[in-house]
Amino acid sequence: MTEAHPVAATYLKNAVQSGAKLILVDPRKHKLAEFADIHAPLLVGSDISFLNSLMYVLIDEDLYDKDFVKDHTEGFDELKVKVKEYPPEIAAKTCGIEPSMIYEIARELSKVKPVMCCYTLGITEHTCGRNNVVSIANLQMLLGNMGVESGGVNPLRGQNNVQGACDMGALPNVYPGYQPVINEKSVEKFEEFWGVGGLDKENGLMIPQMMDGLVDGKVRAFYIFGENLANTEPDIKKVEHELSSAEFLVVQDIFLNETTVFADVILPAAAWSENDGTFTNSERRVSRVRTASEAPGIAKPNWWIFREIAKRMGQKWSSNSAKEIWDNELSVLAPQFGGIKYSRIEKDGLQWPCPTVEHTGTKFLHKDGTFTKGRGTFLPVDWTPPAEVPDEEYPLVLSTGRRLYHYHTRTQTGRCEGLNELLPEETADISYADATDLGIDNGEMIYVSSRRGKVKVRANVTDEVPKGLVWMAFHFRENNANWLTNPAFDPITLTAEYKACAVRIDIIEGNL
Amino acid sequence: MSIQKININNHDLSFKPGMTILEVAEENMIRIPTLCHLKGTIPTGACRICVVEVASANNLLPACSTPAANGMVVETDSNKVFEARRTILELLISSGNHNCAVSETSNSEWIDFQVDAMKYEESEELCPSWGDCKLQDLAYQYRVRVDNFNKDWVDQPPELDNPMIVRDFSRCISCGRCVQACNEVQVNRAIDFGYRGNDTKIVTAGDRTLMDSDCVFCGECVQVCPVGALVDKKSRFKWRPFNTEKIRTTCPYCGVGCQQMLHVKDGEIVKVTGVEEAEPNKGRLCVKGRFGYDFIYSDERLKTPLIKENGEFREASWDEALNLVTDKFKTIIDESGSAAVAGVSCARSINEDSYQMQKLFRAVFKTNNIDHCART
Repeated sequence: MTEAHPVAATYLKNAVQSGAKLILVDPRKHKLAEFADIHAPLLVGSDISFLNSLMYVLIDEDLYDKDFVKDHTEGFDELKVKVKEYPPEIAAKTCGIEPSMIYEIARELSKVKPVMCCYTLGITEHTCGRNNVVSIANLQMLLGNMGVESGGVNPLRGQNNVQGACDMGALPNVYPGYQPVINEKSVEKFEEFWGVGGLDKENGLMIPQMMDGLVDGKVRAFYIFGENLANTEPDIKKVEHELSSAEFLVVQDIFLNETTVFADVILPAAAWSENDGTFTNSERRVSRVRTASEAPGIAKPNWWIFREIAKRMGQKWSSNSAKEIWDNELSVLAPQFGGIKYSRIEKDGLQWPCPTVEHTGTKFLHKDGTFTKGRGTFLPVDWTPPAEVPDEEYPLVLSTGRRLYHYHTRTQTGRCEGLNELLPEETADISYADATDLGIDNGEMIYVSSRRGKVKVRANVTDEVPKGLVWMAFHFRENNANWLTNPAFDPITLTAEYKACAVRIDIIEGNL
Repeated sequence: MSIQKININNHDLSFKPGMTILEVAEENMIRIPTLCHLKGTIPTGACRICVVEVASANNLLPACSTPAANGMVVETDSNKVFEARRTILELLISSGNHNCAVSETSNSEWIDFQVDAMKYEESEELCPSWGDCKLQDLAYQYRVRVDNFNKDWVDQPPELDNPMIVRDFSRCISCGRCVQACNEVQVNRAIDFGYRGNDTKIVTAGDRTLMDSDCVFCGECVQVCPVGALVDKKSRFKWRPFNTEKIRTTCPYCGVGCQQMLHVKDGEIVKVTGVEEAEPNKGRLCVKGRFGYDFIYSDERLKTPLIKENGEFREASWDEALNLVTDKFKTIIDESGSAAVAGVSCARSINEDSYQMQKLFRAVFKTNNIDHCART
């Protein structure tokens, strides 16, 4: 959190300084461990085992919020049956946390209210990512920490506008404002508003399916806007094969990158601070983005480019600025955003849902325990191991993430004066125990390989990482962790398992 | 509880117990100068520039750390207060390298002083914080004149070994705001007061340079430094408050959505600061938010559409490129149906761009094959 969401982490540290307790559940003993009352270094990918076990204790010792469960939830009995299978003594074997610590954490959690649960991609980037999220929701409902300020289930979004891209309907199953594309009424509504007929009534393809489609020819034209897929998707070799299979590839971006190599047409776009618009952050706050300087050459705002293509295909879209798009279209079409207009977010932004122009926005969801669907449903889930676990050939676990000084594939931060100096290269973070066993010195170049690839990278021997784990980021091309990661996906979300695959480390002969 | 009242400058003002004299004054638009005070942190009363006269007290009291009390009578601008503040300012200015025009002297010492002051600056210009210095502002306001310069600072070259923050102890007034910003606001715990007495200075663990310390270069210390002791290296000498326009925007990096103030000079961002009091970040930024803005000025930016021909990209006009894209998509949709086209939107760009792209795919191409990296 101090690396990927540094400013959010400052608030957490402030809270600890003011007396709040912090429980850190993370395989790595990173910076926040210094602030934590308890650090539970669970094994990579064992979250459900751990969470179910906490719920076992809460139910077994009668420590859960019975009023909240009775008044606001359903499915408790099913949950109870499921978590019964996870007593700490059993769960400890799969999650790697001592039973005494599981008991301690469960009891601590039951003592205070509210408890806020924050997580990031360590929860979602697993083949059981969806179930991990469900488990956290189960726990927070059981503890009665939903529908209150500073409680809840809080995913910290990785990108500045990943929340917004979802809200805007850049998803294959929903229109803007999460209106399902398979719902007849939504289809009619959008057909009428956009003045078109024949909208697609089936869910579309998700990214991994699109990539498969490039290879089998079902997807013939592919349009990539502002994503360096060749570096960010798991198993770079596979991704490059897929991109090179595209019959016609359009890439719209601000720099040439590893993905533009495969393009047939590259469209130059205006960047951040070169056009007006809005971003939506992790707390659903829609804030203004403003123009500070001109885009270079003849680069154009992205919305303009899409509008020009529509025009060439016979549709004249009336909105001719980001403000007009938001005020006249999006905020009219998506009820959650009905009350958010540019005139209202000149200073601080507004948090959706904000249905009317009198509404002051919504700080937290599910107020008074009222969920969108009425009662919150407990969904019992079982722990499942990562798709690829260590074996004799590949005895270590690789987990990946981001580092403070760079962002994603460094197309931006790599071009900012000074940031490369603060973090000039990738490292493979390994434990003292593994370094000793393998005879590796701190700073030595090593090979890290998986069934999919092999990278040469500098070893960073650190006590942040437990024995058996290798931790890397994806900021640098040559030793990008995605040469190694496993393209195994959560069956529902199709999110890839970036957080767990099996690797081995080899010494480079004559390297000393 | 009965209403608590304090009298400041002959105004009866009510307050909530626990408020300081400074807080009551600020709430009522009575201005008391401060240097070391950093809102939201525990007051230290270190610089004493905020001293006020309290009827029942023998000495002047610092407004930032003295709690308001019922029946208290306070004067914020009495002769005694003015005299005290002038003395404090004289001491601060003569203690270090404060080579701004306020330090006017009648003899040639001033010229020598200036020449020495520029010795380490790699610049002909005055202090990099000239025009953005609380000490300078106060010195003007209180008409402080200093004749005797202490030149001990001459042998303290600024610390320049990291790419982001210039530390210049010759200009440090030991107010401690940077220490509070680092320990109480950002909680990075990289700097603190070190040594004692006259040797007191702000140090990292082991008194090493920032580059060799726990510093994570969030730059909060630079933002709160009231003088020129901590300066943003990338904007040094480029930026002055009077030659830039301020534009508020949202940070382009993680999902926190910090509010930034872009300082723009001749159409170019030359400095970024956090917007004080703004949601969600209350003035805070991280290293990327504060220093990661100049990628947009890279020479490597894409400037024209490019079309691949025989394996090589060549420049093209918008018309040519967009017509090609349109023709290809039309042909493929005609031949294989709408399901044969797919698109990935951008989680970094503005909402309106994602709205527009999904509209293109749905309303024009007639497919829901639109996604973005939220899942990957």
